[in-house]
Amino acid sequence: MLSRVADSVYWMNRQIERAENVARAVETTLDLALEGTISPGRLWNALVCTFGDESDFWARFGLADQANVISFLAFDQTNPNSIASCLQAARENARTVRDMISTPMWEEINKAHLYVRSAAATNAEIDHPREFLDDVKRASQLITGVSDATMSHGEAWHFARMGRLIERADKTSRVLDVEHYFQPAAARVARPPSGAAAFGSGPAVEAASGTDAVQWSAVLESASALEMYRKVYGVVSRRSVADFLIFDREFPRAMHFCLIKAEESLLAITGGSKGAYTNPAEQRLGRLRSNLDYGAIDEILGAQSGLHGFIDGFQTSLNQASEAIFATFFALQPVGPSGQEA
Amino acid sequence: MDLQAYQTEGFHDELFDESLGPRPGAELLVSRLAASSDGELSERQRAADKMLLTMGITFNVYGHEAGTEKIWPFDIVPRVIDAGEWSTIERGLKQRIHALNLFIDDVYNQRRIVADGVVPDWLVDSGKCFRGPCAGLKPPRGVWCHITGTDLVRGGDGVMYVLEDNLRTPSGVSYVLENREVMKRTFPQLFAGQRISPVENYPEKLLAMLEYIAPPQARDPTVVVLTPGIFNSAYFEHSFLARQMGVELVQGSDLVVQGDVVFMRTTHGLERVDVIYRRIDDDFLDPLAFRDDSMVGVPGLMRAYRAGNVALVNAPGTGIADDKAVYAYVPKIIRYYLGEDAIIPNVPTYVCGEPAQCDHVLSKLGEFVVKPANESGGYGIVLGPRATKEQLEDCRARIKANPRNYVAQPMLSLSRVPTVVGDSLEGRHVDLRPFILYGEEIFVLPGGLTRVALVKGSLVVNSSQGGGSKDTWVVHEGRR
Repeated sequence: MLSRVADSVYWMNRQIERAENVARAVETTLDLALEGTISPGRLWNALVCTFGDESDFWARFGLADQANVISFLAFDQTNPNSIASCLQAARENARTVRDMISTPMWEEINKAHLYVRSAAATNAEIDHPREFLDDVKRASQLITGVSDATMSHGEAWHFARMGRLIERADKTSRVLDVEHYFQPAAARVARPPSGAAAFGSGPAVEAASGTDAVQWSAVLESASALEMYRKVYGVVSRRSVADFLIFDREFPRAMHFCLIKAEESLLAITGGSKGAYTNPAEQRLGRLRSNLDYGAIDEILGAQSGLHGFIDGFQTSLNQASEAIFATFFALQPVGPSGQEA
Repeated sequence: MDLQAYQTEGFHDELFDESLGPRPGAELLVSRLAASSDGELSERQRAADKMLLTMGITFNVYGHEAGTEKIWPFDIVPRVIDAGEWSTIERGLKQRIHALNLFIDDVYNQRRIVADGVVPDWLVDSGKCFRGPCAGLKPPRGVWCHITGTDLVRGGDGVMYVLEDNLRTPSGVSYVLENREVMKRTFPQLFAGQRISPVENYPEKLLAMLEYIAPPQARDPTVVVLTPGIFNSAYFEHSFLARQMGVELVQGSDLVVQGDVVFMRTTHGLERVDVIYRRIDDDFLDPLAFRDDSMVGVPGLMRAYRAGNVALVNAPGTGIADDKAVYAYVPKIIRYYLGEDAIIPNVPTYVCGEPAQCDHVLSKLGEFVVKPANESGGYGIVLGPRATKEQLEDCRARIKANPRNYVAQPMLSLSRVPTVVGDSLEGRHVDLRPFILYGEEIFVLPGGLTRVALVKGSLVVNSSQGGGSKDTWVVHEGRR
C-alpha cells in the first residue's frame, strides 16, 4: 500500500484511541474527586500533567478545576490532544484514506466527529460530562469493532491495529504513573525506593491501605480492568495493579499485551519473524516487547528509579519505536535521481 | 398532497405539461407524489439531508477558509427523462464525442481541418488549452477524450441544447451514484413498479475503459486515480471513484518517475503504474513540462507519457476541444469528420474573436450571456439582462481587451423541475450533465447529473454558487 496512506491509517487509529483514553482518564478523575481523599485541585492538576500538556494548559487557564480541565481536554480545538481535536484529525485522515476503509467504518468515524463537534459548540457537557465521555468511549470501541468486522485483515488493518495498540500502551503507562503526579511538586523530583512512596505500599505488603485501594481501584477502572484484575489477584494493591497493567499477556489494555499484538501486526506487514529483525522498526519494538517478556514487577519497584523511572524509560523507548516505524514505512525515498525533462 | 397548486409560470417544466398533466415517463412519479400525505415530502427531505451528513458526502468551496467542506445539497424530487427522448440524446452525445476525438487528434497531428479552412488556425493556436508539447502525440488506442461530462440544457422551446463540452476533468459522476443511493434509501416507494435505467455499473465501465487504454505492453495494468489532495473541491469524488474501482488514490508526491517509468511509493518499495486517471489540470501535471510552480504534479510524467510507458486520462491537450470559442464550431466539426448534421444542436453562439460577431455582441451586450472561453465552475459569466450598468461596462472593456477569450449566447429560459420548498413544491431551473466514456466503444451513462439552482429565479446551478442536485431517471415505458 502507499506509504502516505499507511501513515494516515496508522495515525487515524492512534488519534481515535487517544480520544478514548482521554475520556477514560477524565472519568477516573471525576470518580476520585467524589471520593474526596485527594484534593480536587491536585487531582485535576495531575490529569493535565498525565497527558503531558502542562505548559499549554497553564498558558491559557489560571486554575486547574473541573470546568477548565474538561474544557481543555475534551473540547479545546487549540489543544491538539483534546478529544475534539483528535476526532477532527482522525476524520481528516479517514477522508484522505477513504478509498482504503469500509463505508461503515467511515460512517462511524464521521458520526463520532460530528457528535463531538456539536458538543464542543455548545459546551453544555462540561457540567454533566459523564454521558459525553461514555459516548466517546463507545464511539471508539464501535469504530474498532466495525473495522475488525468489515475491513480485510490485510496490511492496512495491521497498520491500524499497530497504531491503536502503540497509543494504548503509552496511555496505560501514563495512567499507571498518575500517583507520581498526585504528590506535591517538590516531592516529585527524586523518588525514594519503593515502599516509601506517598501512596504506595512496598512490594512485600500485599494489602493496601484505604486510600491506596481507592486510588488503585480507580486506575484499574479507568482501564476497565477491575473485573479482569480480580480474577487474577483479588485484593487491590499497588504492586499487583502495576504488575497486571504492565505485564499481563492477556488483558487488552495491559502494556505487554499491546506490544505483543503490535509486534504481531508489524511482522505481518514485513513478513519478518519474532526473535530477529531486518529493519529498525522490528528491532525497537521487538526489544521493548522482550523487555516485558523477561521483566518482573519486584525488580522495577525495588530499583532506585522505581515505577516512575521505569515508565519514563518505557515511554522513551516506545517513542523511538514509533519513530522507527515512521522511518521504515512512511518516509520512503526513491533511489537515484528522478526523471529529468529533456 | 395537492399538486394543482403547483405553477409552471410559463417555463418548460420537466415533469408537467402546460395543463399540469404529467409528461411522458413521469406519470407514475406524479401520481405517487400526489398520493403522498401532508408533511411527507419535508420529512423525506430531512431524512435525505441527515443521510448525506452521516455519509459525509461533501464538496469544498474555494475562496472560503481553506478546505471549507460543505454538505452536497440534494433535492428529493427526481428529474425524469423519457427513454424515447433519451435514446436520441445518447446518439447525439456519441456522435459529438466521436467527432471531437477526431478533431483533437487532427489538430495535434495533420491539422487537416485547419488546412481545409473549417476551423481557423488562429482559433486553435491561441487556445489557452492548446498544448504545444502534445503535437505529434498518438495516445494508446487513438483515444484522447476518455471521459466527458457534456452540459445540456432545455430551452423555453422545449429543445435540448448542448451548452458546454467538458473534456478536461469533468466532475459530478460520484453524485449521480450517491444521489441514486440516497433516493433508494429515503424514498423507496417512488421506485416501485417503475423501469428506471440503472447507474450503478459506472465504476465497472470506467475501470474497463482505463484498463483497455493501458499501454499495450502492460499485461495486467495497474490503474491509479491522481488527486491534487484533500483540499480540492472534488476530493470526495476522487476518493469515491478510487474506492468503487478498488484502485489506489494517489497524490503527486506518491508518484516518482525513474527511467521514464512511473512508480508509486509503497510500504514495500516502488511499484509500477500503467494508467493514471488524473484529476489534475494539464498545467499542473508535470512541473518539468508545464507550469514549473506546480506542487501537485509529478516531475518527469510527460516524458514517461511520451515514451509510451504510461497512459493519461484524459490525454493532455484535450482542453482545446473544451474551449468555448471552439464549441461554436462543433456542428461544423461534426459535419467535417462524420458527414452528418449534429443530432443535439448548439446554443447559438457568437465568437468575439471574429470581428463582425464581436461588433454585434457589443452593440447588444445587455441581451447576451457573456462567457470567458476557458473558465469552468460558472466563474466569470455575465448575464446581460441581469447585470448592472457597471458590470456591463466592465464586461465590454474585458471583451475589447481580449476578444478571443469571450463568447456570447442569448439568455436561455432554462427548464424547471418541481423542487421541495418547505412542505410544498416550486419550480427551479435545472441543467443536465451526462457522462460519456470512450474506450473500446463509447458508453453514455443513462441520465447524468441534474444540477438545480435552489435559489428562487436563479439560473446558476454550480454547487460552488448555491446549486444543488437531483436524482435523474431515464424511465422506460410499461410497469416492471
